[in-house]
Amino acid sequence: MSVRHGMLWGMARTTKKDDPLAPVTLAVGQEDLLVDRAVAQVVAAARADDPDTDVRELTPDLLRPGTLAELTSPSLFAERKVVVVRAAQDVAADTVKELKAYLTDPAAEITLVLAHAGGAKGKGLLDAARKAGAREVPCPKMTKPAERLGFVRTEFRAAGRSVTEEACRALVDAIGSDLRELASACGQLAADVEGTIDEAVVARYYTGRAEASSFTVADRAVEGRTAQALEQLRWALAVGVAPVLITSALAQGVRAVGKLATAPRGMRPGDLARELGMPPWKVDKVRQQMRGWTGDGLAVALRAVAEADEAVKGAGSDPAYALERAVVAVAQAARSGGR
Amino acid sequence: MTVWDDVVGQQRVVDQLSAAALAAGALITADPAEARPDSSAMTHAWLFTGPPGSGRATAARAFAAALQCVSPDRALGAAPGCGFCEGCHTTLVGTHADVEVVRTDLLTIGVKDTRDLVRRSSLTPAGGRWQVIVLEDADRLTEGAGNVLLKAVEEPAPRTVWLLCAPSLEDVLPTIRSRCRALVLRTPPAEAIADTLVRRDGVDPQMAAFAARAAHGHIGRARRLATDEGARTRREEVLRIPQMVSDIGGCLKAAQQLVDSAVEDARQVAEGTDAKETEELRAALGASGAGSRLPRGTAGVLKDLQDRQKRRATRTQRDTLDRALIDLAGFYRDVLAVQVGAATELCNAELRPTIDRFAASSTPEHTLRRIEAVLDCRRALDRNVAPLLALEAMTVSLRAA
Ligand SMILES: [Zn+2]
Repeated sequence: MSVRHGMLWGMARTTKKDDPLAPVTLAVGQEDLLVDRAVAQVVAAARADDPDTDVRELTPDLLRPGTLAELTSPSLFAERKVVVVRAAQDVAADTVKELKAYLTDPAAEITLVLAHAGGAKGKGLLDAARKAGAREVPCPKMTKPAERLGFVRTEFRAAGRSVTEEACRALVDAIGSDLRELASACGQLAADVEGTIDEAVVARYYTGRAEASSFTVADRAVEGRTAQALEQLRWALAVGVAPVLITSALAQGVRAVGKLATAPRGMRPGDLARELGMPPWKVDKVRQQMRGWTGDGLAVALRAVAEADEAVKGAGSDPAYALERAVVAVAQAARSGGR
Repeated sequence: MTVWDDVVGQQRVVDQLSAAALAAGALITADPAEARPDSSAMTHAWLFTGPPGSGRATAARAFAAALQCVSPDRALGAAPGCGFCEGCHTTLVGTHADVEVVRTDLLTIGVKDTRDLVRRSSLTPAGGRWQVIVLEDADRLTEGAGNVLLKAVEEPAPRTVWLLCAPSLEDVLPTIRSRCRALVLRTPPAEAIADTLVRRDGVDPQMAAFAARAAHGHIGRARRLATDEGARTRREEVLRIPQMVSDIGGCLKAAQQLVDSAVEDARQVAEGTDAKETEELRAALGASGAGSRLPRGTAGVLKDLQDRQKRRATRTQRDTLDRALIDLAGFYRDVLAVQVGAATELCNAELRPTIDRFAASSTPEHTLRRIEAVLDCRRALDRNVAPLLALEAMTVSLRAA
């Protein structure tokens, strides 16, 4: 998109709006990570242009009348400067006046970054900068899970990595709402992992080995694969997974089969997923696991898991043995209807 | 009326406590020149035991009131515990300066709280009679707390009386148990409970009879059933479970429903108290108004309160589930009674047709196995099995029995 030349007379270079070296960049919003990134991008671009670029970070309390004029007045050496004004919404009125004047007539060797919260406070300055055609970088807080999901996708794309939708979802679920942590997790995965980043990788790194492997035990047991389930159980216990996590995963696995098996027939997939409280991919997975189960099998399995839960929580019992018994009971019950 | 009116169906215990209160009064007014009364009837530490709902705490409080009774009629030979005088009245309403009633919603009572209590117990009674500490949940003392208490019970101040309550003797640390005089309350008969509900709470006799029967000898439960429609509705839901568990889907739903209802019950309890407690604490810490900031260094205190509230919610959930399971077992016990032709009154007489149908379509062996499944579930919950899982294991057993 080209700039409106009429407003930018006096600028040393004509720029495109996504050029980080635009005379004025507005970072609008309250997400600190994004603001920091917008600033860093400008600084990096300036230093690429001139390694000796001088960077000045200013907070509203440091900005007194005259400060700006001092910083932006042409110097003998015509060095490149990046001037960053943080929390621009809090700048005092007389300085705002100076800033506004500067916006209409920016200095050639200076790149100004205004970080503004974007609210009603200090809106005059924001409007003036926009009117002057400043380059704008949105930095909104990401409050909705869908936004964070989009953020994660963009992070991997920017890193040139392919990633599955489930992996993005698992990462957001595991890390939560802190964008900085999400970004660093994406960075870590992109750096560490070869090939497509999938759910298993995320599970290994972030949802913790514990949970990942307790669910594997449960999946194999519910599928009736006794030998594999026992192998997974031994491995899980060997790496220190808490026995209660395994009984909990087993209970969830058996319960999911019971719920799906007795769900009303002929429901649309979306409605069914909602009714069962599972994501649609989970419904498909449980449908695979459901074959071979009977009502009596489910009853036996639930009782066995409850017994194991009691045993692993009680003192003086052998939790490993209690779990083995439960895993075998579940896997056998999974074949009670023939498979 | 006397302080003993609320102690339902426990004549033997009341007689013993009356005698003790009389002896205690004589100890205070004793004139060395007079013949000493039988002072062995009184002692410094008592342990009230009996099944839940038998009225342990009520009996302990009545005894506390009798110890503080200052009725002028006593000089004329009236028994202590008139129920009207300043001493009796303030004790019963919980404002007597020398009576500390400790009731907890928490699963355990720790060392710190117990130390405070022991300190409190050594104060000289302001009213010149007895310093009485009623510890309603002595079974919840941690071992450390028990050791703190032990010293106080062993060598009490001359005018201090400890009244401990617990479901059974076995629930109390042996060291403490052996230093207390034990009183065993029995499950009060349904008629006695119904009578109390009518007399004390103004409940309609028919409702009182229903509630007393349905509460299986638990006075507090009977009172709640008689006066709280929500409690009656929840009980009806529980009693529909036997008909829900004909297939696995129904079993899973029934278990989920029980858990949801317990969570909801805890939420209602919390709604009433959590916000008030939090605001009171904030005010005490010097932060008035909901939005204002707490003073520096007090966040930990607030965190403690929140932890306590969380534990209380857990306990309310457990209690609600336990009550539901008692109701459920009661249903199958009625079925069994019909099956074996026992000539007893049914707990759930209003469900007679359903009970008859169950009785006809199964055998006593089935019913016994179902009762066993409910009791197994109570035990499992007591041992911290995940509630939903424990209930599912039970409901599928009710189906398959
Ligand atoms: Zn009195």
